[in-house]
Amino acid sequence: MTAELVPTIGLEVHMHLATRSKMFCGCRVAYDARPNSLVCPVCLGMPGVLPVMNKLAVELSVRMALALNCTIPDFAKWDRKHYYYPDLPKNYQISQYDQPLGINGYLDVETPAGTRRIGITRVHLEEDAGKLMHAEHGNYSIVDLNRTGTPLLEVVSEPDVRGAEEARLYAETLRQLAVYLGISYCNMQLGQMRCEPNVSLRIGAGPDGKPLYTPISELKNLNSFRSVERAVTFEIARHRQEYLADPGNYTLAKQGKSTRGWRDDEGISFLQRSKEEAHDYRYLPEPDLVPFVPERAWVEELRKNLPELPRARRERYIKMGLSEETADMLLAEAFVANFWDVFHETLEHHQGAGKWPIKRVLELANNWTLQDVRRALNEKTIDAPSLHAEFAKQLADLVVLVETGVINRNTGAEVFNKMIKAKLDLNPKSAAEIVKEENLAQTSDSSAIEAFVDQALAANAKAVEDYRGGKKASFGRLMGEAMKASGGKANPQLVKEILLKKLGG
Amino acid sequence: MALSKQEVLKVGTLSRIRLTEAEVEKFGTQLSAILGYVDKLRELDTRNVEPLAHALPIHNVLRPDEPRPSLTPEEALGGAPEAAGDFFRVPRVLDEGTSA
Ligand SMILES: [Zn+2]
Repeated sequence: MTAELVPTIGLEVHMHLATRSKMFCGCRVAYDARPNSLVCPVCLGMPGVLPVMNKLAVELSVRMALALNCTIPDFAKWDRKHYYYPDLPKNYQISQYDQPLGINGYLDVETPAGTRRIGITRVHLEEDAGKLMHAEHGNYSIVDLNRTGTPLLEVVSEPDVRGAEEARLYAETLRQLAVYLGISYCNMQLGQMRCEPNVSLRIGAGPDGKPLYTPISELKNLNSFRSVERAVTFEIARHRQEYLADPGNYTLAKQGKSTRGWRDDEGISFLQRSKEEAHDYRYLPEPDLVPFVPERAWVEELRKNLPELPRARRERYIKMGLSEETADMLLAEAFVANFWDVFHETLEHHQGAGKWPIKRVLELANNWTLQDVRRALNEKTIDAPSLHAEFAKQLADLVVLVETGVINRNTGAEVFNKMIKAKLDLNPKSAAEIVKEENLAQTSDSSAIEAFVDQALAANAKAVEDYRGGKKASFGRLMGEAMKASGGKANPQLVKEILLKKLGG
Repeated sequence: MALSKQEVLKVGTLSRIRLTEAEVEKFGTQLSAILGYVDKLRELDTRNVEPLAHALPIHNVLRPDEPRPSLTPEEALGGAPEAAGDFFRVPRVLDEGTSA
């Protein structure tokens, strides 16, 4: 008997989709609402109600399936998965059993041992259950059904993962892709992403040449990458030990599959359900929902609109001269990276590549805060990616106006705020339009500036005297007064020069 | 096709229904009659017929992702046998979570 035991791990990852409403009803998806305030007859499973598919949820799922290189079958349907639990008011979960939205894909994962291609068995859509909690005192449990019916995407991998670190890296790569594409926010504390590794060891081959395995353990609902790695490490060691203690008996053929929980504080897994107690889900086609038959043209449109995926884009950024850290910052979400690309391109276009070293462009992008832009436009991140491209271009145009002296830095900040406001009012305006409409262009006409300086000097005789008496700090005061006289539009550099000349310094 | 007593009891367990001896007998007979009817349909040759996923010849009924008002917690809990504050109250459950 060979002693080579090869970890054979598949992962099931669940993600809440980034929709505003639930999968089959109009209840809002939120995490901080009053308990049982986001429920309706549909998600409460009242008799006689009719669920209707959320279009965006279906679209996001197919997008994710495409990004995972899946085939999109011509026909997908819904099924009921039955089990009794107080967090599931209908006593069945609407899911997809044998005809999911996506099949046969893969995800490339960077590992210390090189790129590993992990097969994706299927991508299917279902609804989440509610939350069950145990009352502190008293012999009862309590249920909040706000989460019931939240669109839940499940990505099932092939058992291609070969170790605990690889399992973690797979989950992290999947998360990056989902967040980047705006599929899910994947906030693990909020339960928006949960991982369930299936762990088994390949023991060798049986007499018929087919591989033999230790029993499969399914680790339930891990909600951090760290616990994925720790739980899988623990489970591999446990399997090894159990197998070596009783090689004839500790096999998949004899013991099947069991479900295990993970106690993070103790660092151990524990048996939840053995094969004998396994659920009998009695899947059956969902009569209340009609099938989904994706039109080929629609699928191709979604495929075409997928942005450059994170791996390729990261390489491009590093070639461009950005640090790995900056590249990862930009790649956190596709729209931030899109913003950067358009911003960079617009500046380059303006005066030629040489004029804008990458470091300077990055500095400008940061000064005109990617963060602020992100916050201001957060509401519209998912459904209007073009908005950002357009806005990035306008912002780059604004930076050009400042950098070429058409407006000064302070006016630039003012124009920036006006652009954001105009955008949120759905009446977008370019920087140039705002500058023109409000007559904000900087004055570089020296005779006009001289007049402003004279005005400031005449009105502030005391400050002039102080300055000449050696109190250099008064200069700032005079400078401010001259700028004020110009309505903030004077070119500050010229004001400074003329003021110095007039003060005889 | 007659169901065995074990099968009837299993269906009972899956449905969380405790059955008396008399009920096992009664439901066993009824369920067997239903299966007999399905067996009758099985006599049809369906080798060249595509399985039907849905009785209606329509598909892709979708709604836009627009939130709509929900019930209030008071309304939601109004029909519940028991409530505790804003929560549904249920018999204590020990098993740590079933899958979704
Ligand atoms: Zn609802």
